[in-house]
Amino acid sequence: MTKQQANWSPYDNNGGSCVAIAGADYCVIAADTRMSTGYNILTRDYSKICKLADKCVMASSGFQADVRALQKHLAARHLIYQHQHNKQMSCPAMAQLLSNTLYYKRFFPYYSFNVLGGLDNEGKGCVFTYDAVGSYEKVGYSSQGSGSTLIMPFLDNQLKSPSPLLLPALDAVTPLSEPEAVDLVKTVFASATERDIYTGDKLEIVILNASGIRREYMDLRKD
Amino acid sequence: MNLMDSSHSNPMSLCSQADSQRTLYPYVTGTSVIGVKYKDGILMAADMGGSYGSTLRYKSVERMKPIGKHSLLGASGEISDFQEILHYLDELILYDNMWDDGNSLGPKEVHSYLTRVMYNRRNKFNPLWNSLVLGGVKNGQKYLGTVSMIGVHFEDNHVATGFGNHLARPILRDEWHEDLSFEDGVKLLEKCMRVLLYRDRSAVNKLQIAKITEEGVTISQPYSLKTFWGFSAFQNPTVGAEGSW
Repeated sequence: MTKQQANWSPYDNNGGSCVAIAGADYCVIAADTRMSTGYNILTRDYSKICKLADKCVMASSGFQADVRALQKHLAARHLIYQHQHNKQMSCPAMAQLLSNTLYYKRFFPYYSFNVLGGLDNEGKGCVFTYDAVGSYEKVGYSSQGSGSTLIMPFLDNQLKSPSPLLLPALDAVTPLSEPEAVDLVKTVFASATERDIYTGDKLEIVILNASGIRREYMDLRKD
Repeated sequence: MNLMDSSHSNPMSLCSQADSQRTLYPYVTGTSVIGVKYKDGILMAADMGGSYGSTLRYKSVERMKPIGKHSLLGASGEISDFQEILHYLDELILYDNMWDDGNSLGPKEVHSYLTRVMYNRRNKFNPLWNSLVLGGVKNGQKYLGTVSMIGVHFEDNHVATGFGNHLARPILRDEWHEDLSFEDGVKLLEKCMRVLLYRDRSAVNKLQIAKITEEGVTISQPYSLKTFWGFSAFQNPTVGAEGSW
């Protein structure tokens, strides 16, 4: 029989964009809810955001099956941590765990592109950004996923601190207030949705601050 | 064919296809399955064709089966892999029943299980060559989800596999609503199946519609859709496309 199917691939790209912004006393994590494969939209309402601990939230795009496996793995590891230490894992600790978990599969990677946002032990916002095999960096803001090429330069333009060559390196967190950050997130997603076919349908925004966790939704273009 | 040599010279023997015992391509396949939520539960439709490549080899393949008390499973893709999955599920339900604790697996649990089975097999580079649709009702909660060959999964109010994603889901997005009656649900599914019959070459005009509610599963007897092939676009498809065949 002649081959009719393309050769089988263990990976797929289900698209989606993720953004996180850290402020002095808050962190905003956002992602769209579209899930695609090729030119198909599989569903318009799939959450890419996962709460890993009380003050730690991960947004992931890439291959949905890998992302879910990663989320389940981290949830299990966090449960063990709670039993052993009787407390929630801190955001920087979860950041290291995520990096190690990704690198553990270095030679059959989780095809997932993550941003981790949360509050550190002082209640300050923090964002960690990753590649698929676990290299990570603590930053003030970041974007990952299919729309990151459109979003990241815009965030740089709006938020980057002056060059560390000119001034001493400033704090990683952005100078924005919480409502300003939420507005910026809405703007960047509305813009990315215009040009990225894998981003759209609905925006889910998670806001972490001293008073806890809050969720907001905004409709995006469905085409 | 010099298969052994090629496997030795291949630096990534993991990817060598010569000596592997896994599904590299499907043999007998079923085409699209579609499922919708309706007022009292879930409706699902699938035709009964079993294709051997492009040959229509089997004409009475049942591609929707009840699972446990609360679930209904529909499959497209490799028929033998589907039957293997049914064995896994039979065993799962049997062992769960042996607890005799009055608990039973609902559609959510079965879907979660299938998700893990499919993903595990792809991790072993030995996939089950199917797209599955799982529907069910338990404790008044309707559930409709799908899983692909490589473990991609989600829930929605309406789902479809394969060609159904291209041809049926746009119709469903237009016409589906929350309080669809049984009659309207069947009509909607038949509309989708008719479009698939016209445009999907491996679809056959012998289908079943399955229903699951709190009361249990009912799978219809096979039947045919009324078709009309006299559309002018069917009779002379090249009108307005000068120079084409």
